[in-house]
Amino acid sequence: MPGISREEVAHLAKLARLELKGEELDHFAGQLDDIIGAVAAVSDVADEDVPPTSHPLPLTNVMRPDEVRPSLTAQQALSGAPAQEQQRFKVPQILGEEA
Amino acid sequence: MTGMNTDLIKLSAAEIAGRIARGEVTAVEVAEAHLARIEAVDEKVHAFLHVDREGALAAAREVDAKRERGETLGPLAGVPVALKDIFTTEGIPTTVGSKILEGWIPPYDATVTRRLKEADVVILGKTNMDEFAMGSSTENSAYGPTGNPWDLTRVPGGSGGGSSASLAAYEAPLALGTDTGGSIRQPAAVTGTVGVKPTYGGVSRYGMVAFSSSLDQGGPCARTVLDAALLHSVIAGHDEMDSTSIDQPVPDVVEAARNGEVRGLRIGIVKEFRGEGYQAGVMQRFDESVELLRELGAEIVELSCPSFTKALAAYYLIAPSECSSNLARFDAMRYGLRVGDDGTHSAETVTALTREAGFGDEVKRRVMLGTYALSSGYYDAYYGSAQKVRTLIARDFEKAFEQVDVVVSPTTPTTAFPIGERADDPVAMYLADLCTIPSNLAGNSAMSLPCGLAPEDGLPVGLQIMAPAMADDRLYRVGAAVEAALEARWGHPLLEEAPSL
Repeated sequence: MPGISREEVAHLAKLARLELKGEELDHFAGQLDDIIGAVAAVSDVADEDVPPTSHPLPLTNVMRPDEVRPSLTAQQALSGAPAQEQQRFKVPQILGEEA
Repeated sequence: MTGMNTDLIKLSAAEIAGRIARGEVTAVEVAEAHLARIEAVDEKVHAFLHVDREGALAAAREVDAKRERGETLGPLAGVPVALKDIFTTEGIPTTVGSKILEGWIPPYDATVTRRLKEADVVILGKTNMDEFAMGSSTENSAYGPTGNPWDLTRVPGGSGGGSSASLAAYEAPLALGTDTGGSIRQPAAVTGTVGVKPTYGGVSRYGMVAFSSSLDQGGPCARTVLDAALLHSVIAGHDEMDSTSIDQPVPDVVEAARNGEVRGLRIGIVKEFRGEGYQAGVMQRFDESVELLRELGAEIVELSCPSFTKALAAYYLIAPSECSSNLARFDAMRYGLRVGDDGTHSAETVTALTREAGFGDEVKRRVMLGTYALSSGYYDAYYGSAQKVRTLIARDFEKAFEQVDVVVSPTTPTTAFPIGERADDPVAMYLADLCTIPSNLAGNSAMSLPCGLAPEDGLPVGLQIMAPAMADDRLYRVGAAVEAALEARWGHPLLEEAPSL
């Protein structure tokens, strides 16, 4: 398995929406490399014919009746919002200048 | 503190409930005794992130009023509980140990919270935890570590170290935890308390902040096996708000805890759970516990579960993968922290700046690890293989439970380690979960209870009992028998040997 470089950490951080600082890139590169080394043992079974398990319970779709129920009010739903306006979540510009 | 109040904080939950029901003490007196204890010792222990003094006293007054009106009280009415800060509480802060949710006041109760309130349990407050339940020491809390009441320079386990410490410090007789890879059982082991991870789907996850949804499971923490069973029966059962909740009757755990017995049972020991990394005193107490089970009339069967050696590796791919997806909701738009919204930054940049400021190192590591494991080119080798290992582990358990009724092991390979020792060494930290993780991956039930002190350091050792899915009652039947036999041998509960704070 390949190791993980500082550049790869920067790429992962971008994908994961983490604006990491330069020193964090170095710190995490070493640690992620160690962790990936420790978990690489799973690849021993990569070629084995074993069905994957994604969940401990054999569940299919769980449906509920399609009926109106009490739910959060708009005021409750907005109660933790960092910013709001006209009973809506107020967000920064979606189309950034830098995009 | 008065003598009476000192007595009250040392009582079991079952005894407290009995005294309240008989009118020997009021729920308000019980709540006040515990709030006074928190006031006296929590500056040192730091088990709580938030104490809801007014709410606790109001709930206690309501229990006393109900009793005066002659209403029937539930089996835990008036008993105080410490709630891990991962369960939402309407009107009370819920932080998950993270800066990203600092000051967040949920507009709704988790199902577990609601059931506690309906059972007239008195919620004292919210306990400290590793951020987003990621950790084995509670050092990853954004609000500072919790001390182990046995030795305040050592960790109380994690992620539910606040809950385990609150029990061991007599701040609460009951607590709630969540167990994704051992976060109820390992803290119980290192603090000399009892913790149970119910069968996956046994306790609703609604309102429990998600870390790894196919593994997360809420459960009871207590100082005795019977108290854990009483709490288990209050919080467990089907909930239509959680689509992974099991729609079957809850096993009768209280009956099992009242009738401890191992005679005639076949009990398995796993040969893969010993060797390098296991502390000598932990193995000594474990081996003595196995001998005790034999003396009590159980048949001991040695088993091999070869896939268990890959459980840790599979877990540290599956849990980060699921967390990288679950934590995407922390985008600074609808709740929680927002950083960098200065009118020039785009929403995407604000999200990235906020997550950088709001998440701690372990959360960042796991989010990136999960992002890596799920990315194209690596998916089959990592996440796909980990899912295959998960199948093999479930098969090992199936084979084991064809031969035995329960399996026992040490809960965690060592006693409580010093605060700081593994804080920046994630791989060393992960080893604490070696014996607990297989039950999370397979979804079966498991318990930890105290089985002695390691001779070399005088710190508590936990015995883990694992039972099949939906056979949670077996944990309590075996656990109660072991607890009774050990306490008869010691002459008192293990926790009495902890230094006074």
